[in-house]
Amino acid sequence: MILMLPQVATVAKAEKENSTVTTLTLNISLPRAIPGQFVMAWLPGFDEKPLSLAGASPVKISVGERGPFSSRLCGLKKGGKLWVRGPYGRGFELEGKKILLVGGGYGFAPLRFLADQARKKKITATAICGARSKSLLMAPASCKTLFTTDDGSAGIKGNVLAAMEGLFAREKFDTVYTCGPERMMGSVARLAKKKKADCQLLLERYMKCGIGVCGHCACGDRLVCFDGPRFGYEMLSNPEFERVWRDKAGHKVPI
Amino acid sequence: MMGLETQLCKMKLRNPTVLASGIRGNNAHLLIRAAKEGAGAVTSKSCSLAPREGHNNPTMINTPEAMLNAIGLSNPGVEEEIGEIRAAVMGAKVPVIASIVAFSIEDFGKVAERISEAAPHMIEVDAACPNTHREGRMFSACAQDAAAVAKAVEEATNIPFSMKLSPDVPNIGEIAQACVDAGADAITAINTMGGMYVDAYARRAVLHNWFGGVSGPALKPVALKAVYNIRKAVGPKIPIIGTGGISTGMDAIEMIMAGANAVGIGSAVVLRKNVFKGVCSEMSAFMKEKGYKRLYELKLEE
Ligand SMILES: Cc1cc2nc3c(=O)[nH]c(=O)nc-3n(C[C@H](O)[C@H](O)[C@H](O)COP(=O)(O)OP(=O)(O)OC[C@H]3O[C@@H](n4cnc5c(N)ncnc54)[C@H](O)[C@@H]3O)c2cc1C
Ligand SMILES: Cc1cc2nc3c(=O)[nH]c(=O)nc-3n(C[C@H](O)[C@H](O)[C@H](O)COP(=O)(O)O)c2cc1C
Ligand code: FES
Repeated sequence: MILMLPQVATVAKAEKENSTVTTLTLNISLPRAIPGQFVMAWLPGFDEKPLSLAGASPVKISVGERGPFSSRLCGLKKGGKLWVRGPYGRGFELEGKKILLVGGGYGFAPLRFLADQARKKKITATAICGARSKSLLMAPASCKTLFTTDDGSAGIKGNVLAAMEGLFAREKFDTVYTCGPERMMGSVARLAKKKKADCQLLLERYMKCGIGVCGHCACGDRLVCFDGPRFGYEMLSNPEFERVWRDKAGHKVPI
Repeated sequence: MMGLETQLCKMKLRNPTVLASGIRGNNAHLLIRAAKEGAGAVTSKSCSLAPREGHNNPTMINTPEAMLNAIGLSNPGVEEEIGEIRAAVMGAKVPVIASIVAFSIEDFGKVAERISEAAPHMIEVDAACPNTHREGRMFSACAQDAAAVAKAVEEATNIPFSMKLSPDVPNIGEIAQACVDAGADAITAINTMGGMYVDAYARRAVLHNWFGGVSGPALKPVALKAVYNIRKAVGPKIPIIGTGGISTGMDAIEMIMAGANAVGIGSAVVLRKNVFKGVCSEMSAFMKEKGYKRLYELKLEE
């Protein structure tokens, strides 16, 4: 089932995960939705923005506070209302027997949803969750989770790449799934390629329609809302990956 | 494909499908992609003199009855657009139509002049936008204003141009003729039709702008009538790009019978896979079955 029109939902639980991310659990379910897909969340009279699903039954979203819209979402309390449509886009495809999940910031939320799905399919998952420091770390996934911080305030000191190198030195993974800052994902993908693993990543671009018509969310000739947001190695040769983002007017902005 | 070739002014199209403006056409990569996917020509997103952020979301919804959008003509402005059009002209291998928009007669001339630097094969003038000097009334809402826009563009460029009209008028044929008299080389009909959707739980309109434009299958009968009226008014020589609700080969055949030389395809890019190739092969199949050899043989019997 895809909600083509926004449907009203009530916040059943609002949990602050760290100093910037709040996870909202809603009173509606999207049972067919898969990790990597997103919904358009609408606050009537204000704005509507894309958010990755952090869970589907019930719907969960993890919101990182960064501007006017995300601040309002993070301010919602139990009983608060928001409207959602979706799920949209292509989500992760679970493949292989042993998988590695590499996330940064709120990007770790869809990977936790993926870890839950992997568990159901008896696929062994290991996760790496990175942040600048302890106060920005996310809650662990339902699989073995390693934490890294740039300043060493929690987990392994260093970035997710070092932790990933460490894991690959000891074991083999069939597929690496990554979500987080674009340059981080680019580095993760290149490392995965070197290690001869498959790779899937989740891209973000400014979205307007969210359904593949307007063209605003383009990364090169790919539409993030329609062809993605899950992409693979083909992104490494996309002329705009890790380079160009388009703002609300469509101006090119360097990443 | 055999028999599907058509001509718009001096542009030769391998088939009559044209990517409509505002649909997956914000950058050169996307325009080239549509050409690769089979479009006979591609139209870029309308660009204005200054950059525009457009409206907040929701800017588009797909309802059970129709698609509705109020993007608010977001675009990075003509300066940045020149580069995209140049790259598209170099890479697309099909004619590139550059769409422009403005909010005063004078600015239409300025944008037309600037975009001509990129040497698109044709310019399309979105006249279905509000005139800030006339309480926001659309330029294409009356023959006089539409003609004034056409005249400004005619004086600003040597590139052939098409005037794109709104269906929200009682006399679209008359308006089209006034544009042709003022120098327009072609007509694109139609832009979206005004509409609105309500969310009863929110007690608000769904589109942030409250009003928007209806597109998709719901628009087809409106577009057919507009194209028919325009063809009657402008005579047989002026090319018409018939746009609105086209998603199948039969839709395209009907639009051409009503008077169009080519068909614009917008919302249908998400309604089916490979829409350009699909429409073309369905057109060919019908023409073969009925013994038509050329598009111009597709005519209504009156
Ligand atoms: C497929 C996808 C999934 C996403 N998933 C999540 C998620 O799970 N959690 C989360 O916190 N954020 C997610 N985002 C990003 C989220 O949409 C933005 O953080 C949010 O819109 C910021 O709005 P703002 O008003 O708070 O900030 P603003 O100050 O308006 O913008 C801050 C930044 O957010 C981004 N942004 C703003 N508007 C949009 C838009 N319409 N579309 C895309 N990006 C935008 C831009 O990078 C911008 O620079 C996702 C984006 C995409 C495209
Ligand atoms: C999201 C969206 C954006 C559009 N933007 C423009 C635009 O910038 N300029 C323009 O002339 N027409 C614009 N249009 C109108 C289309 O070009 C077309 O005329 C209309 O959608 C009808 O065709 P369709 O039913 O095939 O979609 C837009 C339509 C949609 C759906
Ligand atoms: S947001 Fe409109 S095409 Fe992706």
